[in-house]
Amino acid sequence: MTAPTPAAIEFAAVAKRFAARGKAPEVLAVSNVSFAIAPGEVVSIIGPSGCGKSTLLNMGAGLDAPSAGSVRVAGETVTGPNTHVAFMLQKDLLMPWRSISENIEFGLELRGVPVTERRTTSARLLTQCHLEGFGASYPHQLSGGMRQRAALARTLAVDPLVLLMDEPFSALDAQTKMILQQDLAQTVAAQNKTMLFITHDLAEAAALSDRILVMSERPGTITEEIVVDLPARDNPMARRKNPALGEYVTRLMELLRLDAHSEVH
Amino acid sequence: MSERLTTAFWSAAVLAVFLLGWQFLPGLSGVPDFVLPNLTKTVNEGLRIWSNERLLWHSGITALEVVAGFVLGALLGAVIGYALGFSPRVEAVLSPYLLALQIAPKVAFAPLFVMWLGYTVYPKILVAILIVFFPVLINVLSAMRTMDRDIINLARSFSATRWQIFTMVQYPTTLPALFSGLRIASTLAVIGVVVGELVGGNMGLGYLLVFFEGQGNTAGVFVVIGALTVIGIAAYYAVVLLENRVLHYLPSAVQRA
Repeated sequence: MTAPTPAAIEFAAVAKRFAARGKAPEVLAVSNVSFAIAPGEVVSIIGPSGCGKSTLLNMGAGLDAPSAGSVRVAGETVTGPNTHVAFMLQKDLLMPWRSISENIEFGLELRGVPVTERRTTSARLLTQCHLEGFGASYPHQLSGGMRQRAALARTLAVDPLVLLMDEPFSALDAQTKMILQQDLAQTVAAQNKTMLFITHDLAEAAALSDRILVMSERPGTITEEIVVDLPARDNPMARRKNPALGEYVTRLMELLRLDAHSEVH
Repeated sequence: MSERLTTAFWSAAVLAVFLLGWQFLPGLSGVPDFVLPNLTKTVNEGLRIWSNERLLWHSGITALEVVAGFVLGALLGAVIGYALGFSPRVEAVLSPYLLALQIAPKVAFAPLFVMWLGYTVYPKILVAILIVFFPVLINVLSAMRTMDRDIINLARSFSATRWQIFTMVQYPTTLPALFSGLRIASTLAVIGVVVGELVGGNMGLGYLLVFFEGQGNTAGVFVVIGALTVIGIAAYYAVVLLENRVLHYLPSAVQRA
């Protein structure tokens, strides 16, 4: 499971345990997770609920420290939040008191970028993310899909090396989701960004990724790596129409033991 | 638009029926004036108090005490609420005492404050501070406790400092809760001040209440209650007006305006 060095982001024998709290026992969330993502590569992680996917992402963003092993971004060991990564969640986390432009500029403002420079960046991203004319609007005036676009623009504004995405489109309706996937894939390809993408949607994983990592139940660890050998990673719509995509989905279902007798956990 | 007019018409009709009832029912049912003076007598008494008993001056004293008590109490409640929100350990240590103080009827402190500070405006302001303090503190504290961790993590991922997280995320997130605390507090401040004035002193509307009670001047008492209500309404709408300006980005605030 190694990518050609130097990796953009690398997890080396990472484990994370959460200390016992009250009556809740100690939890080993992930154990012995090792993988590396090359610059410009898109890797998805799928796995059952509660397998520690989001824990991995928090460690990648430097919000949580691993209990064992290490995370390296651009060759540097992650010890805390850093400028190389930016994350995006299922919740848009837009601040209702900030206009869309101000929300996009949030990360830049925290990092002390001067206001004129921020304005230029947010204006460019409004266009790039198909939000022209909505810069002065407030989040409650936008639809769910547009809010998620603004969240993506905020993530891209700080120009991160690695995008960490935690089910960013899972709250959207099927069509909006496909449109946003298309936009994301094109942006990532055009700017040669590295992306770690967590999802429950098997077709989404196959449509967007170069590789898919399958995680086991808790304690989560990586049990399988699938290389998605389909053309047009920058065009998920075309990939979805490709009959070969179905084979990947079938394979993922088998790996996750999803069949007619599966039960909801 | 016509629906709003209809609503306004019926509201005015209710007022008219009430005023008519007040004017004519006491006389018709033979209720004596010292129990329920009718509208005309109350209005005339109001005019007399306005010119002879310095109604405006007493109202001004009460209003100033309300504003001072409200501003200081709200400031204190907000500052301590944010401070406790920052340090859950300190909050856990202090919470039983805060609860006890919150349950204790604040107006019962009024005689104590009068004994300490004499027949001045200060004990009245102190009662108002005490009574305003808690709703503001509790609202701020619970908003700080129920903050969405993810939005703080978002700021952290952009390398925000503790102070930036507070000023740019936590403080604006808690503003709606702070304002609902302030709204409650604005009406409580009037209660605190009046109780303080009832207990002792020779100025303010609370003093006038006791004064007219001693005279058996029922109409005068009604006039003072009316004046206190006007002060309460003004305080409440001052907060609502500020809230609509500050929270202009919330759809509900826009609708209220």
